[in-house]
Amino acid sequence: MFVALRDLRFAKGRFALMGAVVLLITLLVTMLSGLTAGLARENISAVSGLPSDHIVFSAAEGPDGAAAKPSFSDSRISERTWREWKEVKGISSVEPLGVTMGRITSGPDADDGTEGPETADAATTAGGPESAGAATSAGDTASTSEAESTSGSRSTSGSRSTAAALFGVEPGGDLARAAGGGSAGAVDTGRIVLSAALAEDSGLTTGAKVRIFGRDLTVAGVGPAASYSHTPVAWMSIGDWQWIARQGDADTVATVLALRGAGDAALAAADRRSGTVTVPLSDAPAAIGSFSSENGSLQLMRGFLFAISALVIGAFFTVWTIQRRGDVAVLKALGASTGYLLRDALAQAVVVLLLGAGVGGALGAGAGALAEDAVPFVLSFATTAVPVAVMILLGAAGAALAIRKITSVDPLTALGASR
Amino acid sequence: MTLRLDDVVLTYPDGDRTLTALDHVDLTVAPGEFTAVVGPSGSGKSSLLAVAATLITPASGQVSVAGHDVSGAGQAARTRVRRDHIGIVFQQSNLIASLTALEQLLVMAHISGRPVGEAAVRARELLVAVDLADKEHKRPHQLSGGERQRVNIARALMNEPEVLLVDEPTSALDHRRGEQVVSLLAKLTKDNSLATVMVTHDLATLGMVDTVLTMSDGRLTRDRP
Repeated sequence: MFVALRDLRFAKGRFALMGAVVLLITLLVTMLSGLTAGLARENISAVSGLPSDHIVFSAAEGPDGAAAKPSFSDSRISERTWREWKEVKGISSVEPLGVTMGRITSGPDADDGTEGPETADAATTAGGPESAGAATSAGDTASTSEAESTSGSRSTSGSRSTAAALFGVEPGGDLARAAGGGSAGAVDTGRIVLSAALAEDSGLTTGAKVRIFGRDLTVAGVGPAASYSHTPVAWMSIGDWQWIARQGDADTVATVLALRGAGDAALAAADRRSGTVTVPLSDAPAAIGSFSSENGSLQLMRGFLFAISALVIGAFFTVWTIQRRGDVAVLKALGASTGYLLRDALAQAVVVLLLGAGVGGALGAGAGALAEDAVPFVLSFATTAVPVAVMILLGAAGAALAIRKITSVDPLTALGASR
Repeated sequence: MTLRLDDVVLTYPDGDRTLTALDHVDLTVAPGEFTAVVGPSGSGKSSLLAVAATLITPASGQVSVAGHDVSGAGQAARTRVRRDHIGIVFQQSNLIASLTALEQLLVMAHISGRPVGEAAVRARELLVAVDLADKEHKRPHQLSGGERQRVNIARALMNEPEVLLVDEPTSALDHRRGEQVVSLLAKLTKDNSLATVMVTHDLATLGMVDTVLTMSDGRLTRDRP
């Protein structure tokens, strides 16, 4: 590092420029990482936070007749399927989980314009924001004086309607316990638990009366944060959920089943027997339509930024190495080994990367902390330290490719007047 | 002998034919001996220096530096011999732009794996020896041509070499400064018992050397004992 450090000191402007580029790219990558994780959290946290190992979907066929990918939008679990899965040996827990988008109406005139379970047919089981829209159109109160907040809460004269992902779980089960933040009795027939964001958006507190598609329910409590498809979750009993969401299909008891404690062989056999598709909980978010496309786009952007940074750093050190060829030839002629010169040059690149990426990452984390309340942003080791480390590693790889040209410098060129 | 070349032949491909740069050259230089090699451009002087500096491996013949036969040595071994036993004074000073005069010398210690802090004592002694004690914090662009060449010489001596190879040291200097530089080289050769070979066009400075050899068409002949 003897020459490397002194080069850094001597050519401050050039290295500051390069460091600034690294800093800005790292800042962008860190912000994007936090935002990606934040959006993912709002999309999948209700599913990824389930106390389960696997999720069972009903198998569906695609337009070409081939098996379609599991989807919360399309999955329907029948009574018979649930019964069959309860009999599978080795599974410690099988619980139905209903997923529907809808609106919660509250206030003295709470009335979503629908009466009775038959109107719940308009609600779409599971799905993305589009299905929430479908549910909304069915559940809106006709009013000329309504206003909708950015959080999805809509006020009409005398009542308030808030978009929610309606999750039906078995009262007393593990899912109900998790929904209530450890309280097993919170979710019960006629009683719902609001996730923290939903309680905040709707302004509802424990004991409040609400109506969902004509069903009157009481807020039993406020649980931990949980979102599905960018919509905060309301947990209710599977019986209430079936009343609300059953789509003219009396046989549908849930959207999916949540399992715990089963081997892969048992799952595969049960899938064949029941016509279902079982995926690990970690793969279940991919069955949320909006998550796959949104997350894929953001991850692609991150990947491109990493690739761009490696290329930019590689290009800079290629030019820098070409400019240094004379010095390298002299040092080789004086007895410096190629290994010594490569280590020196790589250390120089790593110093620039450490400073640029370190400051960029710190600024990104700081900006994320400030923005956390306003935008979905996750500030964690994975969204700050990991992008910084990847930037440094990829940048060093780009620099290593560039400085390998040192090996081809002929020390003989240091002799004579050729320099 | 500290530097010895026996029957060295060096050839280069030159289109369809082969050019002989060194034609059965013999050279021996003893410790404390200052040898000058003169000759027209293209006669093979720089090739002789490059072979002696272990930068080129000859087609045939023996090259021995401070007792190390480098004729068949690999690149790593030749680099080690160059680092530990040979000092090179370049035609242009070839100083590293980012280093001060003191650091130009310290980098030699760093290359050798010696502690830079301890080496600073010797580096300062050498800067005193070349009359640059007050310039140790100056970078190359802050030094005159003669001062740069003296830093170049001090750097060549930093690792206490037995052999000093000097390539046209006066070509970028005026007559007075050129004489001063060659005089300094002669003094350092004696003081440090160096086997010094200087390639030069500057005939005016030959009075300060012990031996003058003439290179012509790749052959080396002795002019004056």
